[in-house]
Amino acid sequence: MLSALKKQFAREMLGALRQPGDTLAPVVFYLIVGTLFPLALGSDPQLLAKIGPGAIWIAALLAVLLSLQNLFRQDMENGYLDQLMLVPCPLFLLVGARLLAHWLQTGVPMLLVTPLLAESFGLNYSLLTVLLVSMALGTPILLLLGAINEALTLASRGGALLALLVLPLYVPTLVFGSGAAYAVQYGENPAAHLSLLAALALISLMFAPWAVATALRISND
Amino acid sequence: MSLITETWHKLSSAKHFYPMAGVLLPWLLIPALLMLAWASWQGLVVAPSDYQQGDSYRIIYVHVPSAWLSMMAYMVMAINGAVYLIWKIKLADIVAAAAAPIGASFTFLALATGSLWGKPMWGAWWVWDARLTSELVLLFLYLGTIALRAAIDDRQQAGRAAGLLGLIGVINVPIIHFSVEWWETLHQPATVSKFAAPSMHPSMLVPLLVMAAGFTLYFFAVLLIKIRAGILEQERHSRWLATLYADGEASGARLTPAQPPAKQNNEEARDE
Repeated sequence: MLSALKKQFAREMLGALRQPGDTLAPVVFYLIVGTLFPLALGSDPQLLAKIGPGAIWIAALLAVLLSLQNLFRQDMENGYLDQLMLVPCPLFLLVGARLLAHWLQTGVPMLLVTPLLAESFGLNYSLLTVLLVSMALGTPILLLLGAINEALTLASRGGALLALLVLPLYVPTLVFGSGAAYAVQYGENPAAHLSLLAALALISLMFAPWAVATALRISND
Repeated sequence: MSLITETWHKLSSAKHFYPMAGVLLPWLLIPALLMLAWASWQGLVVAPSDYQQGDSYRIIYVHVPSAWLSMMAYMVMAINGAVYLIWKIKLADIVAAAAAPIGASFTFLALATGSLWGKPMWGAWWVWDARLTSELVLLFLYLGTIALRAAIDDRQQAGRAAGLLGLIGVINVPIIHFSVEWWETLHQPATVSKFAAPSMHPSMLVPLLVMAAGFTLYFFAVLLIKIRAGILEQERHSRWLATLYADGEASGARLTPAQPPAKQNNEEARDE
């Protein structure tokens, strides 16, 4: 079982290395959306510092949404999903390995470029630290919730449906994630927001792989 | 087989549920309409004006029951979706599919009346009040399940997918509600607490409760009508429906003329 998981994980990582363009597209998208906010709202440093954490969070949320587009669709079309279901290893574990690889490929690079965006919005270091912690906790939630919905929409024709389903579910993550950063800005303790975010992350980690596996079974029927 | 399991089996089969729902329908619809009429008159005419809000408060007679039902309809939808997902009872899927648009309508009504009330009270059609916002998210969740169901051609697949989505929504609705409530305290100074009236005068409260009861009965009446329509659609080739209407046992007009039995047999065989 462990070897199956390792192989699944290695396959995903190898695939990402061989097609770095596909993998890095969401990260570039993240940077571009982050750039659009100052262009739309003006370059007033005070305003930018105020909207910064929220803008960065929205950019991250949209980038994760973009990265979900082809999470399972290709696998279903070329029959890989059928093979995955035959592996003598619980599907939710395989899905978990897959999602971990996906987060390492998109979530972690996004965290790595966040200081660039933070600098362009003029956020100070204590704020950046909290923002990074909140995003480290929050992006897995976004990915896990999104994966469920991506798996659910496989049987449909795709398109904007995924965004319609998933964005309302992102509300709590967005509220607590950007809330943590704003708490720092208002001179409060961000621990409450971060704890709630961590709680959400744990709940999603517990239930989401199972839900993704169920959704895949429904869609691949 | 005990009586309870037998009743349960009968309830869960479209064949038994369809005529039963037809019998039950007037017993829900007529009291619902009577209660709505009485409570509207009491609430809009008889009840005194509020000393602070004047007559504007009267919109609660529509707003509060709509908001309650918007959540109850979601629970009805989610529970039936789960039942379909787990036990594959077809009727549960029909109920879930029927509840979604009704719930979405109540959610919209709650939002619209809330915003109508907000204009004179807060001076704006829309205020980022926690309850309004979480109701808005609820509307998006409804639209999501309706859209997902519509986007998948295979009926079974669509029902199961919508069922799972409803379950995820049920876990999320309270989380969304609390997150929005805390978000409000963070971003915004406390606004007017909406219906925090500690003691509503009975002359105002009684019509509200009757209105809520009337709304609930009305919801179930509309739900039954939609379930019956759903059953007709799903079972249109089945023999029991044809016999039911051929014998004239069912209430309402004859929908499809009974077809020759030979053809019926063929179609039934193909379905199975």
